[in-house]
Amino acid sequence: MLFEAPGEFTLAQQRRIWALMEAARDRGDVQELIPGVTNLMLIFSTPPERPQNVADWLRHAWGTLPERHIQGRLFEVGVRYGGPLGEDLAHVAAHTGLSPSDVISIHHAGEYTVCALGSAPGFGYLHGLDPRIATPRKAVPSLKMLAGTVTIGGMQAGISALTGPNGWNSIGFAELALFDPQRDPPALFSIGDRIRFYPESIEL
Amino acid sequence: MITVLESAALNTVQDLGRFGYRQLGVGTSGAMDPLALQVGNILLDNRPGDAGIEIQTYPFVIRFESAGSFSVTGVDAVLDLDGHPVLPWSVEHATAGQVLTVGPPRRGARAYICVAGGVDVPMVLGSRSTQLRGGFGGLSGRPLEAGDVLKIAGGPALSGYGALPPAVALSRPCDGGEGNVVTLRAIPATDYHLFTSPARDRFWQAEWRITPQSDRVGYRLKGEPLTLQRPVELRSYGIVPGIVQVPPAGEPIVQMADANTAGGYPRIAGIIEADLWRLAQARIGTRIRFAQCDHHQGVAAMRPITSYLDDLRMMVDLYRGSARRRAPHASGTKP
Repeated sequence: MLFEAPGEFTLAQQRRIWALMEAARDRGDVQELIPGVTNLMLIFSTPPERPQNVADWLRHAWGTLPERHIQGRLFEVGVRYGGPLGEDLAHVAAHTGLSPSDVISIHHAGEYTVCALGSAPGFGYLHGLDPRIATPRKAVPSLKMLAGTVTIGGMQAGISALTGPNGWNSIGFAELALFDPQRDPPALFSIGDRIRFYPESIEL
Repeated sequence: MITVLESAALNTVQDLGRFGYRQLGVGTSGAMDPLALQVGNILLDNRPGDAGIEIQTYPFVIRFESAGSFSVTGVDAVLDLDGHPVLPWSVEHATAGQVLTVGPPRRGARAYICVAGGVDVPMVLGSRSTQLRGGFGGLSGRPLEAGDVLKIAGGPALSGYGALPPAVALSRPCDGGEGNVVTLRAIPATDYHLFTSPARDRFWQAEWRITPQSDRVGYRLKGEPLTLQRPVELRSYGIVPGIVQVPPAGEPIVQMADANTAGGYPRIAGIIEADLWRLAQARIGTRIRFAQCDHHQGVAAMRPITSYLDDLRMMVDLYRGSARRRAPHASGTKP
């Protein structure tokens, strides 16, 4: 069952999703939860007899639970901006009407929050992109974008977790392993973690 | 031990899936046809979570380096054990050095080789399934290749009994008479009402064809495009196998076992869990049709599957029990 929050994609709405997630985890019938961007999917161990009861419970919990503030860790991530691994920097600059160096300074001026993990193992959906550098996904995805590529996809920012096809715009590269099944926990980021980027090098 | 002598692309080690890590972005993977894998494991008295080999490209050839009982389920195919034909959906015994060839199926798409005691690869995050995208699980996180060696746990040497294939035991009225059209029951999903009324009608009435761009991640269907009332930009949401998404081009994609955990295309429907194995066994080019059902019908549809597996478990217990009594000192028999 999927719960979708009304309204805009704000950190406040996402914090209410986190609160809902914690409350849903305590239900005896939930096997897994997938928090999304202002939504939450519940996967049941056995399908609910009356889905309406779960829907009522979700609505009530959404209406009464306070925002869940997670004091996440702060990651400072060095980025090699531009160059062949950030080849869409020029496209982002052209789309936004800014110079490439302005795009870079706006990108690392902000602080980003991990809203949810998903899509690929360890990939974090980041909130906090400055709207001035928001750039729609590419019409033709890159076929082999490297894991660790620093990206912009619409209003969302990210660091790609796996090497492979990717439709987001690459603006740089960070030396990070976002997922390692042998590590505990396997994902580098957790929900609520904050990320600050800083330029390690800039190649225009 | 078994050695892979010949394997084409994308044959992997799979169990029933990796659960509990979706919130880290790790999809479940697991057998595309979990029913066939369960039948094989029940026949061999394995644990439900034991891993087998999922074959989707043929021929696939292995050599048993040590003796072991095995069962090939999922398809109706020509199976050859050292020049002798053996039957799918039944338990056979291979002696050390024997070679098993699984030929292309006459019916079905995905075969499962189950071995007594299961295929022993390391558990990664609670499962032996191959996570192709993440590159872990199964055998080194990749498809099998000629020369690969797999450990098998082994077990008592029993053979000569089998199961009625699910396609026969669980045949439905809609499965006959319409040629090769596979009917899948589905429930309208979150974004159903964002589609135009003709698109909604056509989704249920039209025949869709499985395209060659279909794999363990998803099945792309061909047909007249489905249109939205107006374009939408959705925020990323959780995905499970069975969800039918419609990308901007309008042709549906059904999410399968290797689906990502999150996506963003509009969802028109969700295929019920009880019918997903039928899609997993439908080959490229197969025509499919969707039949609308509701939550309660979807839940009830699991009951015949559960009782089919329960009956099989009981039958296998009885058979193995009496076989043990008849041959109490046979080598390799459990005490």
